[in-house]
Formats: sequence, structure tokens, C-alpha cells
Amino acid sequence: MTQAIIRLEGITREYLMGGERIRALAGVDLEIARNEYVAIMGPSGSGKSTMMNVLGCLDTPTAGRYWLNGHEVSRMGDDALARIRNREIGFVFQTFNLLPRATALANVELPLVYAGVSSRERRRRAESALERVGLGERMDHRPNELSGGQRQRVAIARALVNEPSILLADEPTGNLDSSTSEEIMRVFGQLHAHGQTVVLVTHEPDIADHAHRVVVLRDGLVDSDRRRPAAAAGAA
Amino acid sequence: MPLYEAIRLAFSSIRAQKLKSFFSAVGVMIGVTFLIAVVSVVQGMNVYMTDKFAGALIGVNTFQLRSRPNITMGNITDEMWREWPRRQRITVDDAEYIRANLTVPARTAIEGFDQMTIRWEGREAAQIQVHTTDAEYFRIKKWDIAEGRAFSPQEVRIGADVVVLGNDLARRLFENRDPIGETISVGGLPHRVIGVVAPQGTLFGISLDKFAVTPITSPVRRLVNRPRVIDDFHIQTDNVPLMRAAMEEVTALMRARRGLRPGEENNFHLETAEGALSEWEKVSGILFLALPGLVAISLVVGGIVIMNIMLMAVAERTREIGIRKALGAKRRDIMAQFIVESATLSVTGAAIGIATGLLLALAVRTFTPLPAAVAPWSIVVGVALGILVGMVAGITPARQASRLDPIAALRHE
Ligand SMILES: Nc1ncnc2c1ncn2[C@@H]1O[C@H](COP(=O)(O)OP(=O)(O)O)[C@@H](O)[C@H]1O
Ligand SMILES: [Mg+2]
Repeated sequence: MTQAIIRLEGITREYLMGGERIRALAGVDLEIARNEYVAIMGPSGSGKSTMMNVLGCLDTPTAGRYWLNGHEVSRMGDDALARIRNREIGFVFQTFNLLPRATALANVELPLVYAGVSSRERRRRAESALERVGLGERMDHRPNELSGGQRQRVAIARALVNEPSILLADEPTGNLDSSTSEEIMRVFGQLHAHGQTVVLVTHEPDIADHAHRVVVLRDGLVDSDRRRPAAAAGAA
Repeated sequence: MPLYEAIRLAFSSIRAQKLKSFFSAVGVMIGVTFLIAVVSVVQGMNVYMTDKFAGALIGVNTFQLRSRPNITMGNITDEMWREWPRRQRITVDDAEYIRANLTVPARTAIEGFDQMTIRWEGREAAQIQVHTTDAEYFRIKKWDIAEGRAFSPQEVRIGADVVVLGNDLARRLFENRDPIGETISVGGLPHRVIGVVAPQGTLFGISLDKFAVTPITSPVRRLVNRPRVIDDFHIQTDNVPLMRAAMEEVTALMRARRGLRPGEENNFHLETAEGALSEWEKVSGILFLALPGLVAISLVVGGIVIMNIMLMAVAERTREIGIRKALGAKRRDIMAQFIVESATLSVTGAAIGIATGLLLALAVRTFTPLPAAVAPWSIVVGVALGILVGMVAGITPARQASRLDPIAALRHE
């Protein structure tokens, strides 16, 4: 229990759409331990993105409780949440979400800017994060000078640079072709092998195969939660 | 985020859209241009008025006893206009009386003047100021003689028909020839040229060297004033306290001589450089009073333009804001980013405004007779106003940006 990095209790997220109440999450209970590699699956509209946004502290649940590293996040205010996003969470998006005018290096430095790290230290850490994802040669390129796979690597480097407790990725390969997807999944595999806790959303079974635990959502509830003892992700 | 990082970021945003940034800062630019240019011109006028105008027209530590003011710039009531012409003129006897009774050491000269046409061998100069005066006049005016000599007290006593010319007048009539010893016609009466005064320059583009001076007793005096009447009695002392003392004595002497009772207004006038300057100070005071209003209007307009540009920028950069928030930017980080950007934009406008204002002041000085002197404080005020306007204009857009929901912002296209 003390090993749980994430604990969700009855997490509910409702949206009001034209007077109609939509339950994107309908009371989710979930625990994720340190250094787990979890794939979240489920049909479209089942609440996967909503769940990732809650986990990433980008969204606050309508009801329920969320502990991250033993701190109850669901009670925190705006600034505290910003701090959690900055220090504890690395988020990778389907659409990369890089700043178009900034170089790869500047994009990766961004979380460190808000962490108040000195510019020299920022540069050093951003360079090392880019090297970890195999982009040491492309630091001065802008996003439009990079391929989709390279952009996603920059985004992963940015997510990693502040050494977060969890790495969250919402369909990180959704905009990539299959060979590039494999490349990206190898990066996640390596990070997990080095002790990183990884949670990723996908609806492709062969992507989910990299994880050692698969949580399936349906209508805002956990439909199944399977551990795969034979998880070979780390060895990939 | 540290301030210098925010400023660097702001400059990169401004650079990314140079033209738009320029136009959005135009209002502030105009306001500051105006501020710098007007202050420079008024300041220049101040220096000019004090140094030159007062000195040239009246003289330092000098005052004039007159029947009514000569230099008027302030408000003159109808009543004053009616009363002045009825005043008794100042006479040679008044001057003699004052000379005899004044205890303060002073240099004095009586003077009458009028505009006349001066001719020499078919050449003529119209509307020349002809001064008829004492020998001391040259010293009071601090005029150096460039050629020949000034007239002597003896020549004044005997009413010699001699004349000393201003430099421009001498050149106009004689060009490169030597005027000394030539006989010219002053208002139709012959006078012999004995000297030329060194050049005095210009005042507001008007030559100070188009004049002629004769003894107050010379033949031309008949054309200037009725017998024994004078226009000015000049009294010059060595310093300001002596001048004040002399003015008090002259006032008392004149009141006694004219039999004015206590409470009755003076029916004569003491003209000082200060008096003339105080009128100018009123004029510049009005300019300085109107200036903040004009500057404020352009700054308010400029601020509104910047605010709208920043609101557009927030809308255009919603996704960027979402990204920053997702990566850990707090509300105040986003606030600071947009306020700094707005202030940087505005200060850039102000800096351009300072440059154009200075250029404008330089142009005024070069191409018009008006002087201009840059006031350092106006530059400081310009920069400060730029920062202030930018910050105030940035508040609403920045608040809007800081309140964006990160998820909605990230979904924004
Ligand atoms: N901002 C929103 N406003 C209204 N409804 C939303 C919003 N975001 C998501 N939903 C709804 O919540 C449900 C779950 O959405 P989402 O978490 O995006 O599903 P998934 O990522 O699994 O496709 C859907 O029915 C979706 O329409
Ligand atoms: Mg989704």
C-alpha cells in the first residue's frame, strides 16, 4: 500500500452539456505502484483521456479522492496543482504540443524554467534529456524541422527533464506510423527499465503489449484490470 | 520565471510579429513623441527667454520707467487698454528729478524711439528702429562698437547730427564700403555716420541689428517725440538687490512727483526683464498645463490599442498558454508573461517616441527660429509612462490568459 504512487478512490468526472449530464468517469478505483508500466485501453469515449487528465492534475474530479505519492491531490488549489504538474508529472500528448517557435532544447527547458532552475543547469539537463531519447544531434531544430517521431521524442524528453514520479502518455503513437510507433515504444520501454513509472493510453493491442498491466475502461468505469506476468517491456 | 527571462521572451514575441507590434505601439509612440518635443521646445524657449530675450530687450539688472508696458504677453483688460493712452508721458524733467534724488548707484539713459526710413545714395531701409538717447545707452545695452565710435556726452549736449548704425543696417546700405563719415538721411534729416555696433544676432529669427542710434538732442528728435517727452528712462544697477532698491525709490519719487495718494494706482510703469519673463512663464505654464492632457489622451488611446492587441495575442496563443500551464506555469507566471510582454511592447513604443521626439526637437531648432533644449526628466517620464501604460493595458489580457483552463487551452486550434 505504501508502494502505491497513484491511488484513486471513487473518482467521478461529470460534464454538463446542454443541460445533459455526461459521466466521463463514473467512480474509478485504481492503484498504481512505483515502476509499473500500465496501458489504459477501452473504446472511444470510455473516459481514457479524462482519466489521464485527472491523473496529470490538468483536470479536477467532480467527486472522489486522488493521492499522488501519499499527498491528496484532489484537495489542492491551483498553484499547488501547477507545482505538482511541474515536479511530479511528465505528460506526453498525442499531438506533441511543442512550442512551434522554440527549438527542441528550449522546449525541453520549459518545465525547468517554471521550476526556477538556473539557465546553465537548465541547458545541461535539457541536453542530457534529449540525449536520452536519442536526439542529441537535433537540439537546435524547431518542431517544423523534425519528423513526427522526432517531435514525440522531444516531447518525451520534456516530460522527463524534471525527473517526474510518473510519465503519462495519452495515445503517444496516435499520430505516428507503425515503425515510428515501435521506435517510440522502445523509448518508453527503456525508461521503464530504468525505473520510470509509465501510464499510457492506447487502443492498439500491440502497443498495449509493451505494458505489463492493462486496465480497460468502459463507460467511465474500470472494466478489467489484468497483470501480465510475462511482461517483456523492459527487455524490448 | 525571472524578469529578464520574461523580457527576453517578450522581445522574441515582438520580433515574431514586427509590423503588428509596431502598429500596436504607435499610440504610445505618438504620446511620448509629443511629450519630448513639446517639453524640449518649451524648455528651449525658457533658456532662450531668460538668456537672450530679457537680456537683449531690456538688459540685465536693468529696468525702464515708462508710461505704459512695452512688452505685454499676458491678459490685458479692456480697462487697461483704455487707461494706458490717457497716461501722462514720461519727460526729461522726470528723469532729471530721479537722477538728482536717486541714492542707489546706477547708470541711466533717457530714450525716445520710432520707426523711420533711412536712405543713402538711392538705397533705402524702411521701418528702422531709431533710438534717440544718451551716451550711456551703449554701456547699458552692452553694445560693442565694431567700426568707428559711439557718440560722446559732449555730442549729446550740443545736439550733434551724428548716427551709429546697427550691423545689418550698415551692410544693407553700404555693403562692403566704409560707412564712417558718410551722411545718411534719417527720416529725411541728414546725419553723419560715426560708428557701427558689433552684431547682436537674432531673436526668434528677427535681426537685432537693424537699428540706428542718435543723440537725444539730434535733429531727428523732432520726429520722435514732442519736446521734452521721452519713451523710456533706463536705470541699470550692478545687481538684483540694488535694482529692487532703485525700483522702490523710483516708484516713491514718481508717486510724490505726480501727487498720487496712498491707495491710488501707479500711473506709470516699471518694466523689467522679470516682468516680461513672468508673462512668458504664464504662457509656458499654460502649455505645461495642456501638455499632460494631450499626452494622456494619446497614451490612453495607445493603451487601449495595446490592450486589444494583447487580447488578440492571448486568443491566438491559447494553445501555448495551455502547454505552459500543463508544464507547471502558475497563474502568476502567465500573468507576468503577458504583462511583461505588454509593458515591453509599450516601452518599445515609448523608446521610438523618445527618438522621434528628439528628432522633432532637433528639426524645430534647425529649421525654425524657435530654440529647443532636451529636458532629461522628460525622457525619464517618457520611459516610466511607457512601462505604466503597458502594464495597465496588459492586466486584463494577462488575467484572461492566466484563467484559461489548461485542457480547453490545449484542445484549442
Ligand atoms: N470538455 C468536455 N465537455 C463535455 N463532454 C466531454 C468533455 N470531455 C470529454 N467529454 C465526454 O466525456 C466522455 C469521455 O471522453 P474522453 O475521456 O475523451 O474519452 P476517450 O479518451 O476514452 O475517447 C465522452 O463522452 C466525451 O464526449
Ligand atoms: Mg482520448
